[in-house]
Amino acid sequence: MRKTMTLDVQTIRKDFPILSREVNGHRLVYLDNAATSQKPQAVIDCIVDYYSRYNANIHRGVHSLSQEATDAYESARKKIRDHFNIKHSEEVILTSGTTHGINLVAHGFGTLLSQGDEVLVSAMEHHSNIVPWQMLCERTGAQLKVIPMNEEGVLILSEYDKLLSERTKLVFVNHISNALGTINPIATIIEKAHDRGAAVLVDGAQACSHIRPDLQALDVDFYVTSAHKMCGPTGVGMLYGKRSWLEQLPPYQGGGEMIKEVSFEKTTYADLPHKFEAGTPNICGGIAFGAAIDYLQEIGFEAIEAYEQELLEYATEQLLQIEGLKIYGTGKDKTSVVSFNIEGIHPYDIGTIVDKLGIAVRTGHHCAQPIMDFYKIPGTVRASFAFYNTKEEVDQLVAAVKKAKMMLA
Amino acid sequence: MTIAKKQQEIIEEFALFEDWMDKYQHLIEMGKSLPLIEPNLKTDDRLIKGCQSKVWLHADLEENKVIFTADSDAIITKGIVAVLIRVFSNQTPEEIVQAKMDFIDQIGLKEHLSPTRANGLVSMIKQMKLYAVAFQAQLKS
Repeated sequence: MRKTMTLDVQTIRKDFPILSREVNGHRLVYLDNAATSQKPQAVIDCIVDYYSRYNANIHRGVHSLSQEATDAYESARKKIRDHFNIKHSEEVILTSGTTHGINLVAHGFGTLLSQGDEVLVSAMEHHSNIVPWQMLCERTGAQLKVIPMNEEGVLILSEYDKLLSERTKLVFVNHISNALGTINPIATIIEKAHDRGAAVLVDGAQACSHIRPDLQALDVDFYVTSAHKMCGPTGVGMLYGKRSWLEQLPPYQGGGEMIKEVSFEKTTYADLPHKFEAGTPNICGGIAFGAAIDYLQEIGFEAIEAYEQELLEYATEQLLQIEGLKIYGTGKDKTSVVSFNIEGIHPYDIGTIVDKLGIAVRTGHHCAQPIMDFYKIPGTVRASFAFYNTKEEVDQLVAAVKKAKMMLA
Repeated sequence: MTIAKKQQEIIEEFALFEDWMDKYQHLIEMGKSLPLIEPNLKTDDRLIKGCQSKVWLHADLEENKVIFTADSDAIITKGIVAVLIRVFSNQTPEEIVQAKMDFIDQIGLKEHLSPTRANGLVSMIKQMKLYAVAFQAQLKS
């Protein structure tokens, strides 16, 4: 077990085969972890093992292979339950990812909302988080209201207080902003919403690779995340919902797995969690999600958090030494994401040059156009660090940005 | 000069630079000589979709030849449009419509542009050809 407060980054890097490849003649420096994380050998092996040894459809076959696959899939669900300190396994719905989870909840609230009700969303949401609520409000006649943020990229809680009322039925906020790295005070947001009788859905897509949320302690009603941002495969994620809520929501999709009895007159739905898991799920993905959690737990989230904070401080300090460089998202509670621009230079230009030097960063509006509109910028360059990144890589980024600035200014 | 000849000229120019940095530097320099679109023509309907940066493109027909002007808020993109304009401007609509575009691969631009960025490049070419098609129809009527 490597579970200590310190983290041996050189040993960890050996777990990720992709980190030793070259891009444009340089060793890859992967700083686009907020888009997706790289996968350790343990997760890759788990996927290969599943397809080589026990691939079968689950929850139906009586044969041994199907039993093995079902056991592995259900054991992954338990790992997820324990990891997030969720009370019951059936409160863990395996989805295709965060967006799927959000749409499932938004669809369900379609039957619970009516004219005059209000849904609050934060000003720092990903596009995928705004559209489902707009659609929900159009369908139900409810009103969508936005919790504003300040210049530092931090939500203004006094404004949130003003927006909350007995009309508020649902509050939706991300745990951590993908574009800015701000950690939102979700415990406070949840408590205040509950005082008004509103439910809260938190998008944890950006959070779960950096911190380990305790969902019972948070008392959150719904929480969604994706496996691929936390060293797992793409196409699988989790929706947590309190049992009482999940029982109230109607099924999202019809199909196999989600039914109990079917006749042409009436269908009764399966119990949780299967009511929300229509069709053959991403079996391999679910099992590998479990393997990713095992891997992260072995390193330990305390060590991950401490190390990433060190990287964040170092990167912030080093980047700010470049003249004309401005960082967006400067609140004190932040994860290892640095979103920046250099005065007079388009982020796309910086990204292009930096890529030629083997460094993967993201440029653009990061699917969060409202944030870019707020700062009146076309986009930013975003470097997002994971626990397998090093200070040397930060130095390489800084050198590359300086080179880009020299070429472009 | 024909489109093919202009393309050959650009291929030879880029071949002078071995280093990618010098190629990009050359591209940036070309961006500085871009025939700029009139500021009042920088409207949303002249924006090319599919680019990470903003690109405005306008075309006029003068004595049966298409004259392109453009602008972008990103300097590398400006260089790319400048290359395309150098190839296409001052040609007849018919020549533009029929032009082959494999010179992009030969100057080593496309291989360095990721799919999202390449889309921008492809969209630019498409938009230029669409202008030419429109002028072609206009001339025939």
